[in-house]
Amino acid sequence: MNNKQRIVIVGATSAIAEHCVRLWAQDQPVDLTLIGRDADRIKRVAADIGARSPEADIHVTQLDFLDTAAIQTAVDEIAKQQAVDIVLIAHGSLPEQDACQNDLQACREALEINGISPLLFAEAFAKHMAKADSGTLVLVGSVAGDRGRKSNYVYGSAKGLVTRYAQGLQHRFAGTGVKVVLVKPGPTDTPMTAHLKAQGAKLASVEAIAKNIVDGVKRGQPVVYAPPKWRLIMLIIQHLPNFIFHKLNI
Amino acid sequence: MRTVSSWGRLSAPLHRVVVLNDPGRVKSIVSREYPSGLAHGMGRSYGDACLNPDGVLWLTTGLDHFIAFDDKTGRLVCEAGVLLRDIQRLVIPRGWILPVTPGTQLVTVGGAIANDVHGKNHHLLGSFGDHVQRIKLIRTDGEIIECGPHTQPDWFAATVGGLGLTGIIVEAEIQLRRVASPWLQTETIPYGDLDEFFQLADGSEVDWEHTVSWIDCVSGNGNRGLFMRGNFSDSEQRPEPKKRQLVMPFVPPISLVNSLSLRPFNAAYYNLKKSKAGSAIVHYESFFYPLDNLLEWNRMYGPKGFFQYQSVVPREAGQDATRAMLGEIAKSGEGSFLAVLKTFGNRQPVGMMSFPRPGVTLALDFPNKSAKTLKLFERMDAIVREAGGRIYPAKDARMPRDLFEAGYPRLHEFLKYRDPGISSGLSRRLMGA
Repeated sequence: MNNKQRIVIVGATSAIAEHCVRLWAQDQPVDLTLIGRDADRIKRVAADIGARSPEADIHVTQLDFLDTAAIQTAVDEIAKQQAVDIVLIAHGSLPEQDACQNDLQACREALEINGISPLLFAEAFAKHMAKADSGTLVLVGSVAGDRGRKSNYVYGSAKGLVTRYAQGLQHRFAGTGVKVVLVKPGPTDTPMTAHLKAQGAKLASVEAIAKNIVDGVKRGQPVVYAPPKWRLIMLIIQHLPNFIFHKLNI
Repeated sequence: MRTVSSWGRLSAPLHRVVVLNDPGRVKSIVSREYPSGLAHGMGRSYGDACLNPDGVLWLTTGLDHFIAFDDKTGRLVCEAGVLLRDIQRLVIPRGWILPVTPGTQLVTVGGAIANDVHGKNHHLLGSFGDHVQRIKLIRTDGEIIECGPHTQPDWFAATVGGLGLTGIIVEAEIQLRRVASPWLQTETIPYGDLDEFFQLADGSEVDWEHTVSWIDCVSGNGNRGLFMRGNFSDSEQRPEPKKRQLVMPFVPPISLVNSLSLRPFNAAYYNLKKSKAGSAIVHYESFFYPLDNLLEWNRMYGPKGFFQYQSVVPREAGQDATRAMLGEIAKSGEGSFLAVLKTFGNRQPVGMMSFPRPGVTLALDFPNKSAKTLKLFERMDAIVREAGGRIYPAKDARMPRDLFEAGYPRLHEFLKYRDPGISSGLSRRLMGA
């Protein structure tokens, strides 16, 4: 047993997750479990955090993100050692909308990795958090989940699933010691959006997004837009009447 | 394709930008997917050393991971896209510091090696490359070269200061140096002419690690300036200063540095600093990186951008050559707030193409006024050529090829190590390919 803050990151090679970890680990000694799909890439993240925060305990786990039995076993294993303080579920991939429209397999993969897989992890951790009556579960959704748009509605619908799921979980845990935080980043400068950046798009810095998330988690905010301006932008987009919305090329 | 400018904002050529963020994939990207291009970090080079117009830029800022840091020995291993800022913020609280740092910390490790950057302590610790123990280089034919001062030293000497032309630097190991606190004990001393400057510079080399001077390039009467020197303090422990960051919010329609602003600014700066001359305790970030808190300050030179002219001339000719260059500048009425004069110590650089050499270095920014500015540079080139000096490629956008060849006598040796898949605006301009 130790008294370090216990943090589990699912999708630890995600740039947003990594920058959150850097902030958490610089604030206090942490006990980290990094879960990812690619062993080499998780090790790279672990080495970086280890160099930044020598007091951190770091464990890495490699996993197939759609294998329910493997997820269940891994989560049970992590949770049985000691109660977890924060679980950040951050994985995903931004598919090409065109590819999803023309290839059902690509469409299915996009829905599974961005929608189903995060839910499976969340559900597995939720059971243990309910039992401990403590912990914060952070799910990374997206502003794309707020209203379906032609430019990325397959990704958006998977993130919409995460949004609806997080709402349900917040309802379930209302009045308990468990907190659920849904993060909705706007377009962020990460490897996932490298092609957008290469086209010259203006993207928020991943450091700024991570700071928004870490602050939001500290406050236990139910929904964190990052950067916060996206709350207003999405409010407008969600309420645009169809006759205007359908004229927009977004 | 999108436009990319370097720090001087003189041009905005089109590039295909390819992001490198997984070291495991670099080899396949640079040898198969996009096999010809140029590594590009923060784009802090002023001219075309970091540009590859109409070609590929491999963007390295995603290679931003530390690999290992041993705080007993001060050995740091990191990926090449890590910023010097991130290194400083990591290691200084743990009692270490980068031994050599340039005037901005918003540059990548790869860029610092490729330009063999120098700082205010050249007379004691040389340039950045003096402290690099190992470089991992990936060539566009897929070969991976590990080199250092003792392993494959020829590759090391070609790569330090090699302007990114020998391969893609993906990883480096750096020996840090001990430091007791982030604070420096400093002194600011006004001087009235160049003779005084040289006396101060010579007299400070033994007792002061960091020396630099700001010189008033427009006052015209005797080249007054301010000499600054500093040593890390062993005893000082104070709370970290609050970080304030401002951004130059837009590009003004004309350069804010012009004949109306320059003279009063320089006079005001001189008099303000003179009134505060003497000893002070200064935080390392404001001592080393005074401009890093004003993000995108390069915009103040307006839409046409600006040049920097940095030369080094041997010490014997240094006094006369510096006086002659300052005379040309004063006569032209051009120049900048940022006029820096300092002496380099008597030591040979690590790299075949490294800029620092024993002598005197003068660096100034000039708003781009096309032919007028270029004419002034021609007169300054003549002085540098005459004195047997050279110009800093990282800052250059226009030096003539013969001056480059005269200034870098090891060029022919260097060319053998070039990666045929890599070229830059600068290499095409000055090396023909």
